[in-house]
Amino acid sequence: MAAARQGIFELLSPYPPGWGGTLLVGAVSTIAISAGAFLIGILLGTGGALGKLSGNRPLRLLLDLYTTAVRAIPELILIVGLYYAGMDGLNRLLATFRLPHIEVNGFVVAVAVLGFVQGAYMTEVLRGAILAIPAGEIEAAKAFGMGPQLRFRRIILPALLPNALPGLANLWMSITKDSALVAVVGYQELALATRLAGASTKHYFIFFLAAALLYLAITLVSNVVFSLIERHVRRGQPKPA
Amino acid sequence: MTFTWMASYWPLLLAGAAQTVLLLVISVVFGFALAIGLAFAQISGGPVIKYFAKGYCTFFRGTPLLIQLWLLYYGVGSLLPMIPGIRQSLFWPVLREGFFFAAVSFTLNYAAYEAEVLRGALLAVPKGELEAGRAFGMSRFMLTRRIWLPRAIRIALPTIGGEIVMQLKATPLAFTVTVMDLYAVASKVRQDTLLVYEPLIVVTVFYLILTATIARVFSRLEAEVPVRR
Repeated sequence: MAAARQGIFELLSPYPPGWGGTLLVGAVSTIAISAGAFLIGILLGTGGALGKLSGNRPLRLLLDLYTTAVRAIPELILIVGLYYAGMDGLNRLLATFRLPHIEVNGFVVAVAVLGFVQGAYMTEVLRGAILAIPAGEIEAAKAFGMGPQLRFRRIILPALLPNALPGLANLWMSITKDSALVAVVGYQELALATRLAGASTKHYFIFFLAAALLYLAITLVSNVVFSLIERHVRRGQPKPA
Repeated sequence: MTFTWMASYWPLLLAGAAQTVLLLVISVVFGFALAIGLAFAQISGGPVIKYFAKGYCTFFRGTPLLIQLWLLYYGVGSLLPMIPGIRQSLFWPVLREGFFFAAVSFTLNYAAYEAEVLRGALLAVPKGELEAGRAFGMSRFMLTRRIWLPRAIRIALPTIGGEIVMQLKATPLAFTVTVMDLYAVASKVRQDTLLVYEPLIVVTVFYLILTATIARVFSRLEAEVPVRR
């Protein structure tokens, strides 16, 4: 029963007999997955929001289907389904070009799948934020002869950021937590690393509590960062009473 | 796409759906009761209670549900048998089931989210209505029971509907602790028949039906409350 008498600090120490290092590596990969998925989500969401507002009917129906389906189906089912569908689809595609079968890096698939899910939520957040921009500002930009790209960069983007940031912050919080779901398909991030640590030492309670505190730390730090960013993008706006 | 497996698996699918609905109902009912307490604790509790309630909400909203579930199932679950006499007690058959841990962790998690919603709604009740109640000589308890809480729940109704749908979408996590819910049935079908997409599609349809039902119930409830715009 030597293992049972190990102290908490030895168990959580960052060097090999302890599992702290494994947990920290897991936490880093959780942040990496979340950040990757968040960026893909922003790209998809921007495209989706502009597409929904473009007035192109078939495009809008397609995007409505995307956002409705993704937001109505449980995340776990989406992640598992897309994980297999993504791997499978890619390999079938390669097979049609007579290319060899490849085993895709779990990290890439996790990021792609979570990013796809984030994109749907992001589309709605950004669409709302763009709609909240007074039409006069966009019309003024058009009247000055700005092209669509210049207009987006100089007028729409700075005007939508204050509106979109609370929503984006919420999505970031939910992606850091949803990324735990890829543990179910076997990619080792913080949640799965913790389960491994628990399984090999039988000190489940300590490790899951430590993991929960790591997630909490990620959330609390993100809170501070987002409120700083929000203060930056809202500079020059009148303060709410 | 083959759906011939449905013929032999439909009793299992229905049982899975029942488990999913049961988990949802338990977590929403008990979670809501807990949330009422937490919301009032945050608004009108003493400094210690307020601090505790805030901390509770931050912890459960700041960590993934999967970690909370595993913390309970693996962590607390491995500590429980150390309590002397618990194995002989009446509750042991319930306490060793994954379902119990899933229900408890979903309840605690739902309560934390719902408490924040209710807190906002309680603060949004117009002051005049509370003052009117006080002017009629209502005691603090009666005021809360007859005016403050019912008004707050009405204000929060659309958000509560959304939260329940979110909770429904979180229930498949229970399969990671051996609960035979809808999603677990889908993965069992996958193991038995090697079909990946068909069971997921069937299960998804179930979830969509449940979501649509919840949405409809809530739009009925909201329509019952007369609103002056």
